[in-house]
Amino acid sequence: METLLEMRNIVKRFGNLVANDHIDFEVRRGEIHGLLGENGAGKTTLMNILYGIYQPDEGEIIFEGKKVRFKSPKDAISAGIGMVHQHFMLVPRMNVFQNIVLGYRTPHDPLINQKWVEERVEALSEKYGIDVALYETMMNLSVGEEQRVEILKALFRDVKLLILDEPTAVLTPQEVDSLFYALKSMTKSGLTIIFITHKLKEALKVTDRITVLRRGKKVGSVKTSETNERELTRMMVGRDIVLDITKPPREFGKEVLRVEDLWVKDERGNYAVKGVSFSIREGEILGIAGISGNGQRELEEAIAGLRKVEKGRIILDGQDITKKGVMERENIAYIPEDRIGVGLAPSLSVLENLMLKDFKKYRKGIFLDFGEMEKRGRELIEEFSVKTPSLHSSAGALSGGNIQRLILARELSRNPRLIIASQPTRGLDVAGIDYVRRRLIDAVMKGAAVLLISEDLDEIFQLADRIAVMYEGEIRGVVDRERANYEKVGYLMAGGLEVTA
Amino acid sequence: MVDPNFIASLLASSIRAGTPLLYATLGEIITERSGVLNLGLEGIMITGAFTGFAISLATGNPWLGVLCGGIAGMLLALVHAFFSITLKANQSITGLMLVLLGLGITGFLGRNYIGEVAYYLDLIKIPVLSDLPYLGEVLFSHDPLAYLAVILAALLWFILFKTRYGLEIIAAGEKPEAADSMGVDVDRVRYISTLFGGFLVGIGGAYLSLAYAKLWTEGMTAGRGWISLALVIFSGWMPQRAIFGAYLFGGLDVLSFKLQAIGVGISYHFMKMLPYVVTILVLLVSVIRKRAAFGAPTALGTPYVRGKKE
Repeated sequence: METLLEMRNIVKRFGNLVANDHIDFEVRRGEIHGLLGENGAGKTTLMNILYGIYQPDEGEIIFEGKKVRFKSPKDAISAGIGMVHQHFMLVPRMNVFQNIVLGYRTPHDPLINQKWVEERVEALSEKYGIDVALYETMMNLSVGEEQRVEILKALFRDVKLLILDEPTAVLTPQEVDSLFYALKSMTKSGLTIIFITHKLKEALKVTDRITVLRRGKKVGSVKTSETNERELTRMMVGRDIVLDITKPPREFGKEVLRVEDLWVKDERGNYAVKGVSFSIREGEILGIAGISGNGQRELEEAIAGLRKVEKGRIILDGQDITKKGVMERENIAYIPEDRIGVGLAPSLSVLENLMLKDFKKYRKGIFLDFGEMEKRGRELIEEFSVKTPSLHSSAGALSGGNIQRLILARELSRNPRLIIASQPTRGLDVAGIDYVRRRLIDAVMKGAAVLLISEDLDEIFQLADRIAVMYEGEIRGVVDRERANYEKVGYLMAGGLEVTA
Repeated sequence: MVDPNFIASLLASSIRAGTPLLYATLGEIITERSGVLNLGLEGIMITGAFTGFAISLATGNPWLGVLCGGIAGMLLALVHAFFSITLKANQSITGLMLVLLGLGITGFLGRNYIGEVAYYLDLIKIPVLSDLPYLGEVLFSHDPLAYLAVILAALLWFILFKTRYGLEIIAAGEKPEAADSMGVDVDRVRYISTLFGGFLVGIGGAYLSLAYAKLWTEGMTAGRGWISLALVIFSGWMPQRAIFGAYLFGGLDVLSFKLQAIGVGISYHFMKMLPYVVTILVLLVSVIRKRAAFGAPTALGTPYVRGKKE
């Protein structure tokens, strides 16, 4: 098969983060090519570059034998590339018809030739078995229907290459089947498809070839028929351990946190945490592995007191705190995944951020005792080596590593009983990673319990005493670190079924 | 008991008083539909009023005055567009700045024009129809710009809902990233909509000095820009509904004079307040009913930056 697309040596940086690190990517005409990798591996960035949303810092794109440069999606569309984004690009207040023709020049442009559009959509629907109600408002459609509209939008523009970003994430199993059926029938009529996913099974089921990315780098490309879940897992998760930290042996004390049959909803009102139970003891780190978006955020927010619990109980040191507010959960330290949005008030100063939870301690009548606060602030900055121009610089201006140190300083200096650490080292450099991990170990040595939520398997294996995998809102098997097997955990993370050892 | 002549003259002057509101409202509807909030109507209108008046006085051609009033409005809108679309600045602040700028400049430049009489737009009495009792006075005895405003409303409705341009404008205001991903140049659409909107608002201002009041006084817009902003909400961002709204609010405006003239003692200030009270009620109703058709464009007032993470 001939090569349809070649991306050579693509580099894309966001600040200090290298999202795409010299990636070569090649797609052949008429194939379904899987782009596999964990969240943050750089899959979507690479495809956004192809679709003209981002400009690459280095590298070149060759499409249909010609070197191309897409300055905007408009260029990509006219070259024959379509993209169905993970977060759909539909206008909710418009109907299906309007969403399909948006930006398209029908005959008699600028008038919209309704009949012409209707006939064309009907022909496409028939050809690929994709049904849509043309005059229904988008707001009334299910997610599966929305996706069909997105695909039709691309087909309507005669694309040669269709990019689907995590298309199955939002679908029911039945919808997944009919999507796969439609995809197969599209390739039969000559279309080429890039299928972005982090689910191994789907990649194996529907693709012809697979390219795996990890941490912004390409690991390799394989023929789907010549690979298996085990090999893909290894490629996806990797084994290179960045740092070596030894955990001193310690005795676990009494139970600090107990979560019983917890049910929590996400913003859209669907259950994101479905009957989760576990417990953590003094001096213990429980690692929750899993790909983001499987209910981890809802779980940690429920325990931190930021999200309502629908059912179940949260017990801290023998006290039921399920219905308590954040201020009443003083013994919980929360190191959130979203450091700038949740962890900090970025426009406030470093000092104010350090004192966010402790203003009450520094009351002097109706005033605040700034002298005392600054004294304590200076101690904290020293102790946690936060590098900042001054106590009064704005916290949002600090570098990623220093923001995390600032949050650690505020949270850990209060001697918490429980520490919730969510993706605590994501995006940090090696020194920052090392620092955060050592701090967490220090804290458990002092008797705190740690709930470590991370996508980074190396981190989980390095720090956790017990490991649980979270998948689609459920916890799959809690195992001791000594008995856990790297491949098996990776397999569970990607949706594999629990295998009892 | 009520005199039909009184009603007829009230309705006729409602249309005259409503026409500048209609131009300004239509202009702002197009601007806001594309996602740009231009709070500067009051300043753009007064600039249009002054420019129109000055040009008409200088050239003796009121139509040239109207055109220049529109162009002046467009230039102010260009300032707003540059700040809010290109520089992604805070749209409310730029808009408010335009109000102060417009009122200030026209107050300063307009001192020598007070008391002058410009060449103004003549009425066009439509033959036969304007002789109809009552109806002739209400509907068929206006200046050309008043007729044009209604035609324009219909035309804008057609463009917004029946053409590709309209879809692109609405999409840019509802979900710019969706428009962008379908190859629509969001910034370009917003620029064009904002400039065209400013043009119409300027014409609304020129109408005030060249057809309605037929003279220039400082600050003569007297809050009409703000009322037009309210009218945009009142009409649910629909050009066709703006016609009714503008005439209704125009009617409330003239009613206070008319009632005074026949000796009905309702406070002038109370009547001046009415349009705003009606606006608050409309807002309340639209929130309670949660009708999509009543809602503001989703991305109104939000600059668009491609590829920005949520």
